[in-house]
This record gives sequence, structure tokens and C-alpha cells, in this order.
Amino acid sequence: MTEQTTVRGLDALNALFEGAKKEGRSAFLPYFPIGFPTYDDSIAAIEAMASVGVDGFEIGVPFSDPLADGPTIQEATQIALKNGITVRKCLAAVRSLREKGVQQPMMMMSYVNPLIAYGVNEFVTDAKAAGADGLIIPDLPPEEAVMFAEACQRENLALIFFLAPTSNEKRIELVAENATGFIYVVSLTGITGARDQLPEDLTDFIGRIRAKTAIPLVLGFGISTPAHVRQLQGLVDGFIVGSALVRAGKESAEKVRHLAQTLRQTM
Amino acid sequence: MTDTYIQTGLTDVPDERGYYGEFGGRFVPETIIPALDELESEYKKAIADPNFHREFAHLQKTYTGRPTPVSYAKRLSEQLGGAQIYFKREDLAHTGAHKINNALGQALLAKRMGKQRIIAETGAGQHGVASATASAMLGLDCIVYMGEVDMERQKPNVFRMKLMGAEVRGVSSGSRTLKDAINEAMRDWVTNVRDTFYLLGSALGPHPYPMMVRDFQSVIGVEARVQIVEMAGRLPDTIIACVGGGSNAIGIFHAFRDDDDVELIGVEAAGYGLDSGKHAARFSDPKVSRLGVLQGTRSYVMQDDDGQIIETHSISAGLDYASVGPEHAYLRSMERAFYTAATDAEALAAFRTLSEMEGIIPALESAHAVAEVIKRAPTMPKDKVILVNLSGRGDKDLDTVIRELGDSL
Repeated sequence: MTEQTTVRGLDALNALFEGAKKEGRSAFLPYFPIGFPTYDDSIAAIEAMASVGVDGFEIGVPFSDPLADGPTIQEATQIALKNGITVRKCLAAVRSLREKGVQQPMMMMSYVNPLIAYGVNEFVTDAKAAGADGLIIPDLPPEEAVMFAEACQRENLALIFFLAPTSNEKRIELVAENATGFIYVVSLTGITGARDQLPEDLTDFIGRIRAKTAIPLVLGFGISTPAHVRQLQGLVDGFIVGSALVRAGKESAEKVRHLAQTLRQTM
Repeated sequence: MTDTYIQTGLTDVPDERGYYGEFGGRFVPETIIPALDELESEYKKAIADPNFHREFAHLQKTYTGRPTPVSYAKRLSEQLGGAQIYFKREDLAHTGAHKINNALGQALLAKRMGKQRIIAETGAGQHGVASATASAMLGLDCIVYMGEVDMERQKPNVFRMKLMGAEVRGVSSGSRTLKDAINEAMRDWVTNVRDTFYLLGSALGPHPYPMMVRDFQSVIGVEARVQIVEMAGRLPDTIIACVGGGSNAIGIFHAFRDDDDVELIGVEAAGYGLDSGKHAARFSDPKVSRLGVLQGTRSYVMQDDDGQIIETHSISAGLDYASVGPEHAYLRSMERAFYTAATDAEALAAFRTLSEMEGIIPALESAHAVAEVIKRAPTMPKDKVILVNLSGRGDKDLDTVIRELGDSL
């Protein structure tokens, strides 16, 4: 093992954004849920994306009531639950991906309830031990995050907060003050899912956040095509693609690899 | 009889973060937090404005038909042979249930905020009907999300909503009941948050909804407290109400919360029985219900070991929900209120008993409260007084009841 492989948590994320910046591009952070369409297929899809040089992952931990997600991810995570996927199995998946040699930072994405059920401190400890680098929890605003934030700080994991086009100056300041790793910037008012076009007022919106913080900004929701990715270069530090990859994953890990590679080569 | 249609200032909960002790809060995507902030601030301005109170009071008197009466159930009391039983008749409010109190209040607030598009979720359909009604009367556009299972078992209410110009959107995800309708309504709100008012129907969801819904429903208890003293000569010993999300219960409990001698009892749905695991008894079955977070609020949640929300069951769509309003969890933790459960079979029996003995056909939700009074009244002396919140009428449930009782009628 090289020295680099032991860098995890916030340090790994910082290295990720510095690296992308040096190359003059945005970082590409694909989302994929564990257990869709099967456990093995999801592992294969994530490995395939790792092999084409994506910068990091948002690893989906299924929840029965994903209220920030659109139809594509809802369907995928419900299938994952039918396949018997649990929080524990998602942690095992992260460990297994590390054992298979996946080096990129991995953020575990879930909702509050399954993590509380597991135990907040226990989950953060076990996520760290499995090789995860941070948590993304869409129904956890900074006001409610004290327990999670303390646990993540103790383990040097990133706890990712969100900003949305509806966020006013006060919210931007609050999230900027509490942010670790990066801020997940929701591109539009809505739920996850591929869209034809990115919103027009994106530059103004990003500018409003930039004026308040130097932390990396990662854009998500609605991003699915090479044209979107080109449009984002220079605007944000990173971007997340979810639903488009999940749709590809319904067919095969090879389709996922192909789409990830196409998007990666756009930069 | 009373000029108070929105009772505030009686308690120090919720705190400024929307917490009732350790329950409540705001667990929602960032996109709608500014909308919740705006809603809270506009609500506070509205209830500080005498004109808002006047307008609400006027509609509650001349449109809803308030005050609703309290009826003494003479035959039922005699038959059970114990405590004297009184019903607060929310079934006689316009649209046939207490839901109209909150729908009118929130629709007026929407109008005041300049939001033309109303979205609502509904389980039994009573809140959907109330939202459609208030929207029609105030000239607002109304979209109601309803689980497909509930659309099937509450058909008459689907037609009523459509008749009043609302669009009913069937929800086919998850268990296709109230919880899934709320998920879809929240997804709609996240998407259309700038011009849309989410008219949430029960004392749940993110702050300020549990507080706002309680306040708009508080008129039930304010009226009943005066009426029961007039009729029975004193405050009741026990108040009983059914608890789904908990809006009718919190509405009648609120005015009595400082009356320490008045016992407050909430009745959850025990479905096929607590042992069956097929129920919606969030407080009564620790095997499947623990403290958690669902749809914006921290409260008791029916879930499996992995924290996935489990499918609930009740014959009554309005009680068929996996979580419970945070203020009920708080009142229970303080031992100010106590919670019990009635099965489908007990509710059906109570439905028949009340129809036959008193000529009142209760909603299946309210029949759960009646089931509890049937158990409890005979154990109490004749000089004791029980007040039951009869939250709605049963016309909407006739299809279900015909199917269940069939030839035995």
C-alpha cells in the first residue's frame, strides 16, 4: 500500500478538490445506490466507474421514504430494499470496495431515520472503519445536526450540508459556517432526476454562495449530459450525477462505465 | 358563546426551534427551510392581527357552523351503566369533520401570503375535502395527493373533492396510503415552493405545522370546555379522542391541559391487534415503534430494526399512519396524556353501537374513541363525566362498513 491510500475522511476530500483544481476541471462525484439492481451489480457499477477515473462517490444507502428523491432513485432504492439491503450491508459494501482497491473518497448518502436507528455514533464510527469519508443526509439541516456533527468531527469525516436556490443570505451564512468537505448545491427547486437543461440563473446563484465562502461547491440535481458538464466547468468545484447513472445501471455495469467515462472525458 | 377561535399562549411548547421537549423539529431538505421560516413568520403576524382573527371567526361561525354542539349520550350512558358520556360533535361541522377548522385557517393564511396554489395530502379524505372546500370558497387552486389504497376505500370523498374543483392525484408509491401522500406533497412543495402553499392536515410534519394545526384546532376544546360546564355542571373527568397524526385530539386536549384533574386519553389504531404487528399503534407496541424521524419531525415511528418505515394497518384510513404528532409524544412523556389502542373489530362494534343507541354514525376514526369509552365508562361511577371528541361523521366509511359487516346488518 502506498502512503496515499491511508489518507481518508476530510483530508481525502480536500486532496480530491485540490487535485481537480490543479487539472483545471470540476470533480465528478457519481451517485449510485447499493443493492440496485442487485448487490453484486451495484458493486460492479461502482468499481467500473472507479476504473474510468471519477473523483469520488456518493454511495446511496436505501431508505423506504426518500422524500428528496425523484422517481428514478425512488424506484432503485425500493428495489434495493426488496433485495434485503440494510445500513449494515451498505457499510460492508464500502469495506468490500476498499478491499477491491477502490481509492476514491466515498460519501455515504442516506436519510436521518435509518442512521438514528443504527445509532448515530455507532454509524459514524463504523462508516469510518469501513473506509467512508463523509456523510450526506438531505433531511438534516445544520440546525438539527449537532449529534452527527460531533461524531463526524471526532472521526474526521465530512458532514455535507445543502444549499438551494431558495436559500437566502442568512441560510448561506449558516451553512457556510457549519460546512465541512464541501457544500452540496442543489441546482434547482425540486427533487433528484435528470433534466434536459440546467437552470438559467445558476451563475447568479453560485455567485451568491461564492461571495460568502471559499469551501468547495458541488452541484447536484438534474445533471445528466456532457453538455451540462461542459457548462459547469469553471463554475463549480464538482458535480454529482445520480439518476442518469442509475438508469444506465438498470441495464448493466458496462452502461454505467460508458456513461461515466463519457462524462469524465468531457472535462 | 366564545370569541376565541385560535387559542395561543397556553403553553411554552414548542420552543423557538419547534421542539416539544425532545420531540418535533425540522428535518427537511434545505430547499423548503426558507419556506418554513416564511410560513412561521407570516403565521405569527397573522395571529397578532385582529383582522385575521375576525375573518377566521366570521367564517367559522357563518360557514363551518361553529360552535358545534355537545350532545349528552343518555342511552349509551345508561346501557354502559357507568360514567355519563358526552360527545363534542365535530361531525356536525361543515364537510363532516374537524379538519375544516385547520383547512380554513391555513387557506386564509395562504391567501394573506399571496399563494394561489394549494397542495394537500389526505388519508381518509376528510382533510382533502376540507382543503378543496376552503380553496373553492376562497378562490384558490387545489391539488390533493392521496394514496391509491385510500382512494379505493374512501371513494365518496374523492368525488367530493373533484366536485369542488380540486385535482386529486393518486399516489402509487410505498404503501399507497397517507404517508406516501405526504411524501408526494412534500416533493411537490420542494419543486413549486415559491408559489405554493402546503396545507398540511394534521399536527405533524416540520415546525411550524404541528403548532399551527394545534392552534387552528384549539377551538374544539375552547368550546367544549364551556359547553360541558353548562351541561354537566363541571369539567369532565376524562377526555377521549382518536389519534392518527393527532389533530382532533390535540384540538380538544389543548384547552384542558392546565386542568390537572382532567384525564386526557388518546386512542390509536390497533388494527388486527397489537400482537399481529399489523396496526398503527405508535405508542403501544415498542417491538415495532421507536423514537425516530419521519417527514420532518422527531417522534415515535413504526419501523423495522434497520430504520425502514413499516407498513401500517388500520380499517380507518385517517389513523393509518406510521408516526404521530410530536406534541402527543411530549404530553405522553410528561404523563399529561395517556394513550391506548382499539382494534378494527372494536371500532366496527363501536360504530354500530353508536349508530343504534344514539342515532349518530361516526367516522371509523372517531369510532376508535367510542370503542375506548365503551371499555372505560362501565368501570367508572355514575357521577363521573367523560367527554369524547366525535371528530367526524361516518358517511364516507359506508363502503368499508358494508364490506365488513355485510349480511350481519
